[in-house]
Amino acid sequence: MNGIHDMGGMHGMGPIQTEKNEPVFHARWEARTYALTRAIGPWRKWNIDTGRYQIELIPAADYLRMSYYEKWFVRLVEMLVKTHLISRAEAETGTPDPAAPKLTPPLRADRVPSVALNRNIPSAEDPAILPRFKPGQRVRARNINPMGHTRLPRYARGKVGTVDRDHHVYSFPDTNAHGLGEKRQHVYSVRFAARELWGAEASPRDFVYIDLWDDYLDPV
Amino acid sequence: MHPSRRVFLAAAGTAASIQTGDSAEMDEQPPDHQHQLVPSDLTLRVKALESLLVEKGLVDPAALDALVDTYENKVGPRNGAMIVARAWVDPAYKSRLLANASKAIAEFGFLGLQGEHMVALQNTPQVHNMVVCTLCSCYPWPVLGLPPVWYKSAPYRSRAVIDPRGVLREFGLTLPEDVELRVWDSTAELRYIVLPERPAGTESLSEEALAALVTRDSMIGVAILSPLPTGAKA
Repeated sequence: MNGIHDMGGMHGMGPIQTEKNEPVFHARWEARTYALTRAIGPWRKWNIDTGRYQIELIPAADYLRMSYYEKWFVRLVEMLVKTHLISRAEAETGTPDPAAPKLTPPLRADRVPSVALNRNIPSAEDPAILPRFKPGQRVRARNINPMGHTRLPRYARGKVGTVDRDHHVYSFPDTNAHGLGEKRQHVYSVRFAARELWGAEASPRDFVYIDLWDDYLDPV
Repeated sequence: MHPSRRVFLAAAGTAASIQTGDSAEMDEQPPDHQHQLVPSDLTLRVKALESLLVEKGLVDPAALDALVDTYENKVGPRNGAMIVARAWVDPAYKSRLLANASKAIAEFGFLGLQGEHMVALQNTPQVHNMVVCTLCSCYPWPVLGLPPVWYKSAPYRSRAVIDPRGVLREFGLTLPEDVELRVWDSTAELRYIVLPERPAGTESLSEEALAALVTRDSMIGVAILSPLPTGAKA
């Protein structure tokens, strides 16, 4: 979707504000929101693309106002309800439905070290799935504007670049976010000249590398 | 009912309305209703949600403590710094890192979520690399820890791809015009770590002392490492 989250190339967002000796979390609720999201993960009720899309659904004005972990919290509540891990009534009252059975958490503390080391993104080499493009090949990013989730940023659409390298096979976000299948396919780093993306004023020595799926690309 | 639960009740309803676009409930409330609730009481709302999830048996509170401890105390940019220092002192390791960063980083045991598919980007006198995620905030957690706020914020995400040299100047780095600048937008599941140039004057330092010089920002590519003053000892 052409949402506020897709902000590459926008102006007017102000100066970058850094913080010296920044803590990992700025408040306990941030830490708990992060941990709750991670601890719910092993229920395997949604995937990374579904979760990203849920954040993209936050209205633009709220998206810009909310802090990062506030967005995580909104996503967590909504995904818990959507996947029936909690009911809307439980979300609204904060009280468990007395009729619901008490469950056993899939993630126990003693397993956190191994879960922190989990590899949950299926990768990557699959000789049965052939690449459509080769490194060095010129490609044009498609001009698509789907209502749903996509990882093809607006600033690259319609632009021509060169395949830099093939990263093998990954699930396709545009379908995987919506329960339409993994549609595994090759992902490439594609090198775009800044002048192709932004015009003649850009430095001739600047390049942007964007990781793009086969279905985002056409041969030139 | 516990007061925090009541707050959560109202707030969760607001969040649900935001998400579903179901405005029937919202229409009966003052227009600024959600803006009073959403930002002000996250502490209570998160506590209420945690209590609910614990009571339902969906999460184990000790596991939450362990997760927070992992990312506050065990995983962070020191991991990445060890990789960089090893690459500086061990040319064979550096070759492995540049050829297959996931495998080379796994030699240190720095595996895990958001670090499954790593790529190392080598800075040279001719080429400078910097990393961004314009669409969200993708970042290599196992080697750099959780990202700083500026990395996740609109100013960096919007400008890193259109004005990278201006962004670098804001970080205090003026890149010579003849240096090629490569910006890596982490739009897929690849995660990037920049291998900064080894600073001059560090020839006699141990691997451990070298690692202590490597900053988080140099591994994101928004900084370079300064030469050590002549005669300095680490």
